[in-house]
Amino acid sequence: MTTSARLDKVVIRFAGDSGDGMQLTGDRFTSDTAALGNDLSTLPNFPAEIRAPQGTLPGVSSFQLHFADHDVLTPGDAPDVLVAMNPAALRANLADVPRGATIIVNTDEFNRRNLAKVGYATNPLEDGSLQSWQVRPVALTSITVEALAEFDGLTRKEKERAKNMFALGLLSWMFSRPTAGTEAFLKTKFADKPEILAANLAALYAGLHYGETTEDFAVRYEIAPAAMPPGTYRNITGNTALAYGFVAASHRSGLPLVLGSYPITPASDILHVLSGLKRHGVTTLQAEDEIAGIGMALGAAFGGALGLTTTSGPGVALKSETIGLAVSLELPLVIVDVQRGGPSTGLPTKTEQSDLLQAMFGRNGESPVPILAPQSPADCFDIALEAVRIATAYRTPVLVLSDGYLANGSEPWRVPSVAELPTVKVEFATQPNGESDDGTPAFHPYLRDGETLARPWAVPGTPGLEHRIGGIEKANITGNISYDPDNHDLMVRLRAEKIAGAVVPDLEVDDPTGDAEVLVLGWGSTYGPIAAAAREARSLGMRVARGHLRHLNPFPGNLGEVLRAYPKVLVPEMNTGQLALLLRAAYLVDVQSVSQVRGMPFTTGELVAAITAAVDAGRPVAPATAGGRR
Amino acid sequence: MSTPIDLGMPRSGLADIPTLAEGRAPQTKKEFTSDQEVRWCPGCGDYAVLAAVQGFLPDLGLRRENIVFVSGIGCSSRFPYYLDTYGMHSIHGRAPSIATGLATSRPDLSVWVVTGDGDALSIGGNHLIHALRRNVNITILLFNNKIYGLTKGQYSPTSEPGTVTKSTPMGSLDTPFNPVSLALGAEATFVARTMDSDRAHLTGVLRQAAEHRGAALVEIYQNCPIFNDGAFQLIKDRDSQAARLVKLVDGEPVSAGTDPDRRVLVREPNGSVTFVPEAEAAGRPVVVHHAGDPDPTAAFALSRLDDGTMAHVPMGVFRNVTRPTYDDLVREQVATAVQGAGRPADDAALDSLLRGQDTWTVS
Repeated sequence: MTTSARLDKVVIRFAGDSGDGMQLTGDRFTSDTAALGNDLSTLPNFPAEIRAPQGTLPGVSSFQLHFADHDVLTPGDAPDVLVAMNPAALRANLADVPRGATIIVNTDEFNRRNLAKVGYATNPLEDGSLQSWQVRPVALTSITVEALAEFDGLTRKEKERAKNMFALGLLSWMFSRPTAGTEAFLKTKFADKPEILAANLAALYAGLHYGETTEDFAVRYEIAPAAMPPGTYRNITGNTALAYGFVAASHRSGLPLVLGSYPITPASDILHVLSGLKRHGVTTLQAEDEIAGIGMALGAAFGGALGLTTTSGPGVALKSETIGLAVSLELPLVIVDVQRGGPSTGLPTKTEQSDLLQAMFGRNGESPVPILAPQSPADCFDIALEAVRIATAYRTPVLVLSDGYLANGSEPWRVPSVAELPTVKVEFATQPNGESDDGTPAFHPYLRDGETLARPWAVPGTPGLEHRIGGIEKANITGNISYDPDNHDLMVRLRAEKIAGAVVPDLEVDDPTGDAEVLVLGWGSTYGPIAAAAREARSLGMRVARGHLRHLNPFPGNLGEVLRAYPKVLVPEMNTGQLALLLRAAYLVDVQSVSQVRGMPFTTGELVAAITAAVDAGRPVAPATAGGRR
Repeated sequence: MSTPIDLGMPRSGLADIPTLAEGRAPQTKKEFTSDQEVRWCPGCGDYAVLAAVQGFLPDLGLRRENIVFVSGIGCSSRFPYYLDTYGMHSIHGRAPSIATGLATSRPDLSVWVVTGDGDALSIGGNHLIHALRRNVNITILLFNNKIYGLTKGQYSPTSEPGTVTKSTPMGSLDTPFNPVSLALGAEATFVARTMDSDRAHLTGVLRQAAEHRGAALVEIYQNCPIFNDGAFQLIKDRDSQAARLVKLVDGEPVSAGTDPDRRVLVREPNGSVTFVPEAEAAGRPVVVHHAGDPDPTAAFALSRLDDGTMAHVPMGVFRNVTRPTYDDLVREQVATAVQGAGRPADDAALDSLLRGQDTWTVS
């Protein structure tokens, strides 16, 4: 007998071996969930090894999805449902699963060998250690194989491989998800392998039917659609949103997009997506190394294209000399750093925000560049357009700091219509702008615009404007080589003034009561966890203000004023306090750093605890209500 | 690859570059000379190369604004400042990558790279070989003086073993690169060697390099009067050069020396090549130079004739073959994709991309 229950939010984590297809299962469940109109947020988490030894802890790959009938800000702290495809997946994830939550296990994999591989002396399904959880044992592998008994052309191994579709079917039934999207997806994916297609569909339906007919799953849940602003929505990851943003910027500016890039996790998907968009006039060049990647982009920019290079932290280190050259040449260029755990190779597939100071200072000489950071996967689209606006308006390289969490995480995105996007206006120099000593018309490549301090962008092919630029210090206005002390001092200050004066919007502060005890200020992908934590802290009676920086250099003009307006400022970062250092240096405000570098986003709980501690510390004697608040 | 490019006749490397309007007087060397004071050391071989380039560029008939010189770091890399074309003096070793981005996005430009033995073969070795293997339509002038000049006299990757410098007081230990061998190994489609002091030869090689569609590497032996003076004296000195220089002429037997001491190159039974007096060559397989030979083996063998002692130094074009260029192919893919889409990349096309396959509507 099946009953139906209504939930307002659910967090599901699919976990299995790297080869079990958990990322695909998660992706499909996400798409089908998005189609229902739930708001959602996802967190893929996978090892750097492509195929770590089967059944081991390092080989566990997981995909967490949080969906709800209201706006979702994070992928969720703790799963309500864990799908564990083998003992390794159970062992690696159990600590995150609160007692009382549901655990669906694939019993077929709980044999002596697999248990021993991950250090289980006894079978946790039998030794009573899982009593506090609602365990739903399902012989996923054998039921899948049985359901595919009629597929004579497939080996047992091939049949076993469809077990992720069985799991998807079962979960789709439990949470009342439609499967039409997945069916269409499979039909495209296996268009030329009809038997594999039929087997995957059969496994999917078998999972659905299993849920419907088994007493084990007596309750199915419904999550109503979330209230979202009207519009057309799609689900999008940060890397795809960045790629699309640059194509849109190219379209709106009329500059052809040229990407020079070298594959690196977790940035490679931007290269992959853009290489598929040649139809939009996009040129992608896979370079021999990181340095050549940015060199190609800079060469294209010299020729009047929109030059782009995409990488992660180690790649930025290699590109830093060329970024410095672009600072000196004063040409537009965009560098995307999808940050990951460091130093060195660090944690290639895990997220971190530890490249802020590298972006800010990681070059020789006085070499300022604008820095932007998207705050969510969908915001990556807008940040790309903003980066191109600043790069072209001020003729400067711009650094965009995304991170692994934004890159692979996804959320619903209200798709803008192209006509409503900002226009990026670019004017090339076409005429001489001065006179030479003898009074004849001449082109002065370093004669600046009075307002923006940008120099003219004169591209090869323009008659009469032939000129030479380079990394050696240039004389102000003429651009000729100059070693003059006063000229160098002037040029250093002009370049700094140009970047410091770039127009960026003011910081908006969310302070519902207007008298918050604490301001939580973040940047980048901590947006979701901070917003969720602020919401929770407010519901517990704390007065919390919240602001999020998308512009890290230059800072918004009102930032100092905002910082000084609150008795306490908390700065949560997935590093050891890099933004906090910059804020203290720039504004002499004693901000308090909240930091963790675990390769994973903050949980809402961690940040609520930090906010609570700050609020408590700000109150001289703990009031009577304090206990009740927690 | 979708659409093959018609390569029935080799296209000129200058094919897509705008030329001077008809009836316009030819450009002059003066027009190609910038107003900047040249700051190389007195007697530097770079002066001769600069004069040759300034004198030869007008002959190409290209619009001056469509010519770009990109350089790295080193004495020779100051070159672009002295030419009144577009130019970029970039950073150490990276000029080939910058030139690749420029040439790929702008088929209407004649893109030149000026580099030295340190810039191209030490710090920039990676970019050089990849530009050559990709066959980007650029012309690379590699000034080889076998020494580091700008940093004041350390040995370079082309210095002979045992070179005593400030950084190698007991003599250098590294085996040097032979730039021509390296370029041939990277499957460059045009490889040549010439010398700063032979204006006519230099100009002839540069013209062929410019007209070659694809990456052209020209090694220019260039004297550094301060740190490595006389490095090429054996092949510059009138008395000694005749026996040593091997002038490569397409379709002619490879020979050294003058009558009656002329020697010709013959192939030994084991495949190696040796010079023998002309009189002894009768009946033996004489090596005839074919720069257009698709197989680079013979060109490579020629590049090995100089064992470092300058006993035999081939000069001229080692290899000149046709292979699709990277930049043409990149542009072709984009053009094919744009055409294949059947409609322009307009707002509607972009709207459709942004929406994707899987949307839902909230009203």
